[in-house]
Amino acid sequence: MIRIQARTEPSSLMKVASPLLAITLTLIFGCILFSAIGKSPSQALHVLLIAPLADSYNIGEMFVKMGPLLLCAVGLSLCYRANMWNIGAEGQLLAGALGGSAMALYFIDSESAFALPITLLAGVASGMIWAAIPTFLKLRFNSNLILTTIMFNYIALYLLIWAVHGPLRDPQGFGFPESAMFADSTLLPTLFESSRIHLGVAFSIVSAFIAWFILSKSHLGFQIRVFGSDEPAARYAGFSSKKLSWFVMLFAGALAGLAGVSETTGPIGQLVPNVSPGYGYSAIIVAYLGRLHPLGAILAAVFMAVLYMGGDLAQIEMGIPVAVVSMFQGVLLFFLLACDFFINNRLAFSNQATN
Amino acid sequence: MKKHNLVSRLELVNITKQYPGCLANDNISITLMPGEIHALLGENGAGKSTLVKTIYGVVAPDKGDIIWDGKEVNIKSPSIARDLGIGMVFQHFSLFETLTVSQNIELCLSKTQLNKIGDLAARITQLSEEYGLNVNPSRYVHSLSIGERQRVEIMRCLVQSVKLLILDEPTSVLTPQEVSGLFGVLRTLSEEGCSILFISHKLHEVTEICHKATILRGGKVVDTCVPNEETPASIAKMMVGDLAEQDAGYAKKEGTERAFNVENLSLPAKQPFGTSLKNINFELKSGEILGIAGVAGNGQDELMAIISGEDERNVKNSLSLDSLDIGHLHAGERRKLGMAYVPEERLGRGAVPDMSLTENTLLTHSDGFVKNGLVEWQSIKEYTSALIAKYKVKCHGEFSEAKSLSGGNLQKFIMGREIGQNPKVLICAHPTWGVDVGAALAIHQALLELRDQGAAILLISEDIDELFLLADRMAAVCDGHLSPVVRTEATNIDQIGQWMAGTFINNSSLHTQEAKA
Repeated sequence: MIRIQARTEPSSLMKVASPLLAITLTLIFGCILFSAIGKSPSQALHVLLIAPLADSYNIGEMFVKMGPLLLCAVGLSLCYRANMWNIGAEGQLLAGALGGSAMALYFIDSESAFALPITLLAGVASGMIWAAIPTFLKLRFNSNLILTTIMFNYIALYLLIWAVHGPLRDPQGFGFPESAMFADSTLLPTLFESSRIHLGVAFSIVSAFIAWFILSKSHLGFQIRVFGSDEPAARYAGFSSKKLSWFVMLFAGALAGLAGVSETTGPIGQLVPNVSPGYGYSAIIVAYLGRLHPLGAILAAVFMAVLYMGGDLAQIEMGIPVAVVSMFQGVLLFFLLACDFFINNRLAFSNQATN
Repeated sequence: MKKHNLVSRLELVNITKQYPGCLANDNISITLMPGEIHALLGENGAGKSTLVKTIYGVVAPDKGDIIWDGKEVNIKSPSIARDLGIGMVFQHFSLFETLTVSQNIELCLSKTQLNKIGDLAARITQLSEEYGLNVNPSRYVHSLSIGERQRVEIMRCLVQSVKLLILDEPTSVLTPQEVSGLFGVLRTLSEEGCSILFISHKLHEVTEICHKATILRGGKVVDTCVPNEETPASIAKMMVGDLAEQDAGYAKKEGTERAFNVENLSLPAKQPFGTSLKNINFELKSGEILGIAGVAGNGQDELMAIISGEDERNVKNSLSLDSLDIGHLHAGERRKLGMAYVPEERLGRGAVPDMSLTENTLLTHSDGFVKNGLVEWQSIKEYTSALIAKYKVKCHGEFSEAKSLSGGNLQKFIMGREIGQNPKVLICAHPTWGVDVGAALAIHQALLELRDQGAAILLISEDIDELFLLADRMAAVCDGHLSPVVRTEATNIDQIGQWMAGTFINNSSLHTQEAKA
């Protein structure tokens, strides 16, 4: 008989091994999936995982996708550490894109050096406002944060769609639901000549280090860690759960907003309806894959960005539907949660029959 | 109780169970006749739950025999216990709220049992009428009150034709009316020959319904009695022991000015298993230890939580520190004003299990170690090392995780950490519970030293010996009421024991509560 038994202590080996095991299982699942639809598994995995890193252009594109994933995931890591189940990074990102774009369009004829910083701040502020409303609802009315943040994702999406069809639509755009192209003064500079890697990518890596610094060096970060690890102890010590909740939610909202405005002022250069291919949702997986550690999130974000790139390439080169990427992500999260189960539990083998 | 035959239903012979660092059951022998209602009494940690878990097959004893209906049996698992006819109702129910009563009962029956019963719903209805349980098989559990849920648990045992029913503090969650209903059911069961093992802290209930009582202390049977020949106070005395020879070894002090005051504190229970506080008044003076005695679950946890601010309800005018109202402040602000706490749960509340001792020092002791929001890890490390040395905390070093320490050593660490903040008021719950003699001595001395430095100390304990040893003044809690406060020299174990049983509560206030319930 195989039985599931609770471990007396969480396994520290499984904490590290779980994401690696989950990735391996996901790849095995991928091989079966590709065989089933009549594609060569080895070729598919090559296109999906190796090709995105094969040349400098692809690596550059990979980093462009990593930026928003990492920005969102860093914020979510802090939220989840503090037991704030924020599923709203997508909405906060879209709010940032919308608010930032409105500001960029205000500066459309400006050449001021302040245009870009103000635009970025507008995006950050929009993301924070979008995070603040569900936080307020939770703290004031004890509403379920998971539900409200998901609802706010949809509200942000439809607000954005309304804006590009209405007030922010390019008057010379032949009726397409897009804003005008932003002025150069509000575009994020690229870091290298040959690629599209822009300042936003640098922001994301800096944000991961800032979050790491907060968690390990500051008293506030210590309080967040205590909250995540042992809530009764945090209450006994008198840490204010309100203050911490506000901090992590506003921090996450600011980073997600920055991710949104960096997308529109970076690689896209205007506001379009499909700013994000679900970065805010994928960032949840990135945060867990990175073990809710800001520096771990860097590695996890690279992996997820490779998967995004690989999905595009697989569609172009092998005609594999792009939905495969979402499926991969879902399966990855599924296996990750399944493997995490074995951090606190183990299988026990015994001959004794149970009745 | 009718004598059905002379063979005992259950006989425990020299049951012994050793846990690491604690002898939970030490040669316990008990005999239960058919139809007997037998009370198992003792303080927390006396070994009651280990013993009933042994009978129910959850815990395997190291030594000793269990004889069931005259035959020696080996109860390896709860399912074997159930097959013998042993049923148990735990204090916290294990019912699925989204299922109906009959689905819940079906879940714990084997196929053979189900076949034997046939129509389960009809059987439940029939038993329900027979025993006056009033359980409707098609109701969903989430729509049932606490008392009804308990009857579902009892029904679950009855369906399996139970011969021994074990009830773990069954009345702690019931209203007075529900209690009398439950006692009616128990008496019917007893008359039909079902034995009942009844764990309770409420002594007047034991004297009311139980035929025999066994009193455990420190894992041993210290006394047996026939409850209806005793009074609650005399049973309380058996539970805590004879203290005549435990004369106070430390000098008593008189406090100076008032440091902390509780005034007209009334608070409804937050949880279904909680106790509400009823008009509590006391003052705590600098340089004294005020001891609060009481049987577990009579409001101590609730009192501690509202004083510390962990219970965040606003009681602005009821709590004051140095004549300053603090009832509206949150826990962190109260700490900043000079309050410190040693909670009952060391691991998981007083200390974070997965964090190092250094980090656990920072948990409540951040003064001087945080500059501009950043933690000065080096200086807090040095401070923690000094703390470990001063209180002789046995561990590998300041980097050790809290969960790697034994209970006594962790308690010395927590006590040292809280005392190290030079608190004006220290609230201390069960400081030496489960701690070895040496560590207990160190903790007692640390408390007395703090008192002599002029701090006010509130000591909540179930250990009467400890209270008489340390406290300068004493009171007792019962059912959320606080007794008068008296000087320790002016009282004795009999009086405190009676107060623990609630004799100080005047009848009129009890009646109004029953009416409300």
